[in-house]
Amino acid sequence: MPRATSDARLLIQSLSKAYAATPTNLKIIDLYVVFAVATALIQVAYMGLVGTFPFNSFLSGVLSCIGTAVLAVCLRIQVNKDNKEFKDLPPERAFADFVLCNLVLHLVIMNFLG
Amino acid sequence: MATTALEFLPAPLRSLRLKTKQQELLLRVSTLALIYVLAFIVRLFSVLRYESMIHEFDPYFNYRTTLFLTEHGYSEFWNWFDFESWYPLGRVVGGTLFPGLMVTAAILYRFLRALSFAVHIREVCVLTAPFFAANTTLVAYAFGREIWDSGAGLVAAALIAICPGYISRSVAGSYDNEGVAIFALLLTFYLFVRAVNTGSLAWSLASAFGYFYMVSAWGGYVFIINLVPLYVLVLLVTGRYSQRLYVAYNSMYVLGMLLAMQIRFVGFQHVQSGEHMAAMGVFFLLQVFFFLDWVKYMLNDAKLYKSFLRTTLTCVITVGTLALVIGTASGYISPWTGRFYSLLDPTYAKDHIPIIASVSEHQPTAWSSFMFDFQILLFLFPAGLYFCFKRLSDATIFIVMYGLTSMYFAGVMVRLILVAAPAVCLISAIAASATIKNLTTLIRTKTKSPQAASGKTTGSKAAAKGAVDQSLPFQQKAAIFLLLGAFYMLSRYAIHCTWVTSEAYSSPSIVLAARGHNGGRVIFDDYREAYYWLRQNTPPDAKIMSWWDYGYQITAMGNRTVIVDNNTWNNTHIATVGRAMSSYEDEAYEIMQSLDVNYVLVVFGGVTGYSSDDINKFLWMVRIGGGVFPVIKEPDYLVNGEYRVDKGATPKMLNCLMYKLCYYRFGELTTEYGKPPGYDRVRGVEIGNKDIKLEYLEEAFTTSNWIVRIYKVKPPKNRS
Repeated sequence: MPRATSDARLLIQSLSKAYAATPTNLKIIDLYVVFAVATALIQVAYMGLVGTFPFNSFLSGVLSCIGTAVLAVCLRIQVNKDNKEFKDLPPERAFADFVLCNLVLHLVIMNFLG
Repeated sequence: MATTALEFLPAPLRSLRLKTKQQELLLRVSTLALIYVLAFIVRLFSVLRYESMIHEFDPYFNYRTTLFLTEHGYSEFWNWFDFESWYPLGRVVGGTLFPGLMVTAAILYRFLRALSFAVHIREVCVLTAPFFAANTTLVAYAFGREIWDSGAGLVAAALIAICPGYISRSVAGSYDNEGVAIFALLLTFYLFVRAVNTGSLAWSLASAFGYFYMVSAWGGYVFIINLVPLYVLVLLVTGRYSQRLYVAYNSMYVLGMLLAMQIRFVGFQHVQSGEHMAAMGVFFLLQVFFFLDWVKYMLNDAKLYKSFLRTTLTCVITVGTLALVIGTASGYISPWTGRFYSLLDPTYAKDHIPIIASVSEHQPTAWSSFMFDFQILLFLFPAGLYFCFKRLSDATIFIVMYGLTSMYFAGVMVRLILVAAPAVCLISAIAASATIKNLTTLIRTKTKSPQAASGKTTGSKAAAKGAVDQSLPFQQKAAIFLLLGAFYMLSRYAIHCTWVTSEAYSSPSIVLAARGHNGGRVIFDDYREAYYWLRQNTPPDAKIMSWWDYGYQITAMGNRTVIVDNNTWNNTHIATVGRAMSSYEDEAYEIMQSLDVNYVLVVFGGVTGYSSDDINKFLWMVRIGGGVFPVIKEPDYLVNGEYRVDKGATPKMLNCLMYKLCYYRFGELTTEYGKPPGYDRVRGVEIGNKDIKLEYLEEAFTTSNWIVRIYKVKPPKNRS
């Protein structure tokens, strides 16, 4: 047990040290992802309180948060300079794709919201 | 090489002096254009032989809805409640159909009208399927090029243009969902594989749109939403996880799921149905993979990472299984529906759902059907699998999985040969293209070396080339022989496909043709004769009772209300009709009174020898009726386990409503020279009950060849 907690503390320490080294633009994207997922969790908690009717509104709300979080993670992958697979993708193109996908996502959400 | 090829061109073209790359481009574009045109014209046999009409049963419903869409606009169509079918229940058409096909045809119609071509919507409907089949060849070319190279793409396009497995459901006149759905299926798969290969969000968005089009077009979209997660799982298991895969699958899944839920018929199934849970499971699994990958990258310490990995994996697995178990047990995640469950367990439908078992397209496939629909592709398919395994990449793994899963399902249900056809064509194209490429390389190497040896090479080099020369002549002759054999096989394939299309898949089913005794063609247009009689001689609010096969045609062409139709969504209602058909006339009269039936329509083939008539379908009426109403017992109609219509039949069979309606006044008719009157040409016997009297119905109309018979239900007597 004490080895597990010391392991966990060592883990968290090394993780936070390594994370501090990531560039700022990636940290901004990470913050956005955390915000989106937190919003989704708040909506799920609210649904637990008041029930699922109307289901399409609940789904559209939660899926818009999850969707934009997923798209932000994809943007992060494509913009990260340490990724060898995406080194010849200009970051402007990645951001343009991100904006386009978000546009489609939110248009569909607005149709689905009811 | 370029100079030698140019010598064969005629003088004016030689002056163009095209480089090899441009020659190749010209060759490719012209071949593709010819394949496109071929795919369209090979499907036009029935239009040339008969007329431009809609075939079969289901397409009539699609035609009627498309007509409604063009006349009343999209909003009315989306919210349409149909009073004319399933009397007295009605049908919510807007919420129970896949609108993709109708919307596509309406858009094409509007586009042609805008260009001031005054076409009728029926012509557009008839030619929609061949048009989309031609588009499918273009997608097959692009897909082949993505998986292997452009040569394989061209061969794939050529193979799928004439493949009988695809032609069977996409001839001109077959205005059914599959004509458009196969195009959408192949397009979605191509866009997804391209997204996985490039890792681009734009391609994933395109594949999500392709998936949306597929969901709007056909219920078979369940195949996509299960194959793609299975493919991702296989990639994860074989250690091919990559960031491109993450980007492609996640964006396609989220956007595709949201778009798919806009179709009312699909509704919330993507989050509630068991058939769609695999996709969600793989979605969460990918998040876990990504998270673990990221942590591994952050910590550069292997031991710490291992312990972290262990704890995370146990957590994830417990949470996942718990969620699945709770979801299934509480019934929130609905189990697999009968239609798709019978694909996994082929014996399920026969015992539990007779309506699904009765459809002839749902029977397991015989080898002869495979040979008929694929011919040489059947043995090129394993060869193609071999080539794919030799050059494994993300794209070839996908096509192998698509091929294997679709071949399994094609073996379970005849109808699904259609889904396997693109995969078989693509994999066979890889085999054909790779083999022919290797053979032609073998032939070409021989012609190169003598020129080099006769040039200014040193003595040792010439000696080495000479040694190579001696083993080559045998190889070159064998290569030429094999190449000729390959061309022979491909030409036989083309001949077979044309023959199959012409003989087997171009009949409209609503118009029958036969050869008269003098060899001339005799056309039986009885169905349309009967429906137009209904349209012109019955009151507009008349209700027609018939077996469910003819429901769509009666509403589309006869324009009258029917009791049951091909949608078969209400088994009890169909069983009521089945019970009425199998009961004695007085019991049937009570049922018909309760349903407000005015006319009864039966199909009878005894005079012409047409074997798809209602007496042959009678066993299903008994089984389906007996499945809901135990008063109908199948042994009452059977003699020694078989249905008979001659003197040896059971009294219930000889006096049930269906028998009486089919054989009324038939006992006086001589159908064949040398046979007694009342000889049924389909069953091959003389009927047992020749003196039929009807008490509650009267004959209203019989078509010229006795194929369709319509009876009017008499109102109740004034005095009881």
